[in-house]
Amino acid sequence: MDFQFTAQQETFRQEVREFLRKELGPDWKGGKTQEMFSPEFSRKLGKKGWIGIGWPKEYGGGGRPHMDQLIFGEEMLYGRAPAAAHILAQNMVGPTLINVGSEEHKKKFLPMILSGEVVFCLAYTEPQAGSDLASLQTSAVADGDYFRINGQKTFISFAGEAHYGWIGVRTDPNAPKKHRGISIFIVDMKTPGITTRELHTMFDHTLYEVFFDDAKVHKSCVVGQLNQGWYYITQALDHERVFMAATIAGYQRIFDEIVEYAKVTKRNGILLSKDPIIQQKLTEMAIELHVGRLLGYRLAWLLEQGIVPFAEASISKVFTSELEKRLGNLGMQVLGLYGQLQQGARHAPYNGYLEWEYRFSPMQAVGGGANEIQRIIIAIAGLGLPR
Amino acid sequence: MNLDLTEEQEMLRTSARDFLTKECPKTLVRKLEEEEKGYSPELWSKMAELGWLGLVLPEEYNGMGMGFMDLIILLQEMGRNIVPGPFFSTVVLGSLPILSAGTEEQKKEFLPKIASGKMIFTIAITEPSARYDAAGIEAKATAQGDSFVINGTKLFVENAHIADYLICATRTKKSKKPEDGITLFLVDTKNPGIKCEVMPTIGADKLCEVVFEDVEVPKKNMLGQLHKGWPIVARAMEQAAIAKCAEMVGGCEASMDMTLAYVKERVQYGRPIGSFQVIQHYCANMWSNVETSRNILYMAAWKVAEGLPAAKDVAVAKGWINEAYKFVTERAMQCHGAIGTTRDHDIGLYYRRAKAGELAFGDTDFQKELVAQSLGL
Repeated sequence: MDFQFTAQQETFRQEVREFLRKELGPDWKGGKTQEMFSPEFSRKLGKKGWIGIGWPKEYGGGGRPHMDQLIFGEEMLYGRAPAAAHILAQNMVGPTLINVGSEEHKKKFLPMILSGEVVFCLAYTEPQAGSDLASLQTSAVADGDYFRINGQKTFISFAGEAHYGWIGVRTDPNAPKKHRGISIFIVDMKTPGITTRELHTMFDHTLYEVFFDDAKVHKSCVVGQLNQGWYYITQALDHERVFMAATIAGYQRIFDEIVEYAKVTKRNGILLSKDPIIQQKLTEMAIELHVGRLLGYRLAWLLEQGIVPFAEASISKVFTSELEKRLGNLGMQVLGLYGQLQQGARHAPYNGYLEWEYRFSPMQAVGGGANEIQRIIIAIAGLGLPR
Repeated sequence: MNLDLTEEQEMLRTSARDFLTKECPKTLVRKLEEEEKGYSPELWSKMAELGWLGLVLPEEYNGMGMGFMDLIILLQEMGRNIVPGPFFSTVVLGSLPILSAGTEEQKKEFLPKIASGKMIFTIAITEPSARYDAAGIEAKATAQGDSFVINGTKLFVENAHIADYLICATRTKKSKKPEDGITLFLVDTKNPGIKCEVMPTIGADKLCEVVFEDVEVPKKNMLGQLHKGWPIVARAMEQAAIAKCAEMVGGCEASMDMTLAYVKERVQYGRPIGSFQVIQHYCANMWSNVETSRNILYMAAWKVAEGLPAAKDVAVAKGWINEAYKFVTERAMQCHGAIGTTRDHDIGLYYRRAKAGELAFGDTDFQKELVAQSLGL
C-alpha cells in the first residue's frame, strides 16, 4: 500500500495552485454560487487546456488519469475557483457525448465545451419527479423530422444563463417500464416555446423553472439512441464521481479559515482556540475532514482501477453533505454573535461567508440524489439487501 | 498511490481467516473468557508454527521478516474473529519495542523465544492515575549496585498474569519535563517481589494489576538508555494504538457481516427485515463507518510502517475508529433485536470489545487532545 502522490502529481498540484493564485489574485475568497459563475474564468481555464483534463486526448481532452483529476479538483475547490459556468458541460455533457453521442454532436459541442464558451443547464427534475426521477412527464412527441416538447422542469441551476439545455423527456409513454421510455435532448434555450422563471433560494442562488410549451426541436437534438436516456443519465453520474472525491477540499478551506479566526480572536479574555469547548468542536471536525478526504482518495483509486464505485460514491456523498451542515453550524458557533452578520455588514468576519455557508449547506444533502435515496443505493447495490 | 493489498497480504488474510475460523471458534472464545488464564496454549503453539509470533521480526531472530503493514492485516483478521490470548501483548507491546530499542544481546535473548512461542510478553505503562502520558509514570526504579530496584503499582497490564517477562516503564529521575527521567526495564515476572491479579473487565481481556515491591532487575535488562525511555514508550503507544485500530476494524467488519446475514434472513410482517428502509438506512450508516474506518486505518498504518511522522494520522484514526466500532456494534445489536443481547449470541462479544478497544491506548478524548495539538490550538 502506498498513499503518496508521485513527484509529477505534486508538481501538477503546485502548477494548478499557482495558476489560480495568478488568475484570481492572492486575496480571492470566492463567493456565493452566483459569484462562482464566471464565463470569463471558464474561457481562461479553457485556454490553459484545463477543461476536460480527464477527457480522452482524441477528443481534445487532457487524457489525465483519475488521480490527476482528483488533485485538480482539490485545488480548484480549495482555491474556490469560479468554475460553475463550465462544470456541468465538462462533467456530464462532454463525457456522455464522447460515449454515445453522434459525430455531429461531438463535432459541434465538444470544442466549445473545452474552450469554456458554452453554458449548459441540466434539466431533469420536475414538480412530480424528484427522487423518483424516472416518473418524469415532460413529453417529446415526434412530428415529421421534429419533436414537440411539452412540460415543466424545476429547480434548474443556470437555466437563465445557459445556451443549451440537457433535458430528460418522455418519448415512449407506453414503454413496459417507465425507465425505458426516456430520452435525452440537447435543446437551444432560445427555442420558441421555452421560457424560464426565477426561483429564489434561501442561499441567494437563483434556480429556475423551465416551461416547454410546444417547443419544436429537430430530431438531431436527440442524444444517442431514442429511449436510452435513463441509461445515459445513470452512466453520466459515473463521470461526476471523481469530482465528488475532491469535495472535502472546499470544506477544508472553510475549516482552515475558522481555525485561523479562532487562533486570533479572544472572547471572555481567552483565545477561542484555547477554549476547551471550541477546541473539542474544531477537533471533531478536523477528524471528520481527514476521514472524508481519504474516502475521496479511495473513490478516485477505485475509478482509476476501472471499477464503478456505486456504493462508495453514495457513501461519500452522504458523508460529505452531512459534514457540510455540521461545518456550517460550527463556523457560526465559533463566530458567536458575529456569525449572523451578512455579506457587506460592517463587522462581518470573512465578509459573511460563514453565515452564507450555513444557509447554503442544507442543499447538498437534498440535491444530486437525496441522502435517503443514497442510503438505499448503499443498502441495495452495495450490501445486497432485498428490495 | 496504490491502495491495494499486495498478493502476499491477500494470501496472509485468506489463510489467517481460514485458520482462525477453524481453530478459534466462538465456543473457544467464550470458554477462554471464563477461564482465568484466558488463552489456549495449543492455539498459541499453532500460531507460533505459522510464524505469526515472529511475523515482523527479522529472519536472524527466527522471524518471518515481514512488515508492519502485514501485521496490521493479520491483526484485522484477529479482531474479526476475536482471538483471546497474549498475541497483542507479546508481539505488539513486547517484541516491537525490543526490536527497535533493544541491544543486540537483548534481541538475541528474547526475540527468538517470542517467535517460537516460548515466551509471553507484555508492557506495563499505566498506573492508578490511569493515564497514558509521561506524567502518569511514577513507579520508581532506584539504582543499587549492578541492579535497579522497582517499587510501584501498574494497572491495566494486559496478560501480566501469564507473561514470562514484561517491559516496565519506571521513573528514575524527577524533572520538570515529565518525559525526561523515564527508564524501561525488561522484568522477569518470576521475581518474588511481583504480585499480579487479573481484573474483571468489560472485554474479558485479562487486564492485570501488577504490584512491584523491591523488584530487583539487573542493569543489563534496561531497555534503551537511562532516563531516556519516553520516546520508546511513545513510539510503542503509537504502534499499539494503530494495531488496536486494526483489530477494531476487523471487529467492525464481522459485526457488519453478521448483521447483513441476519436482516436478510429474519422475516417479520412477511418480509425480510432488510427490505425495510429504516433497516437499510441503519445498514448504510454502519457500512459508511466500516469503510471510513478501514481507509483511515490503512493510511495511518502505512505512515507508521514507512517511518513517517504519523502522530496526527494515528490520533485521527484511533479517535474515529473508537466511535465507529461502538456505533457499528450498537446498531448491530439493534438490528438483531432481543436475540442479540443474549450471552449465546456473538454480537455481544463484539459490542463489549468495542468499548474495551476504545479505552486501550487512548480513548476518543485523549486522541482529540492530540489532534488539537496538531492543529496548533
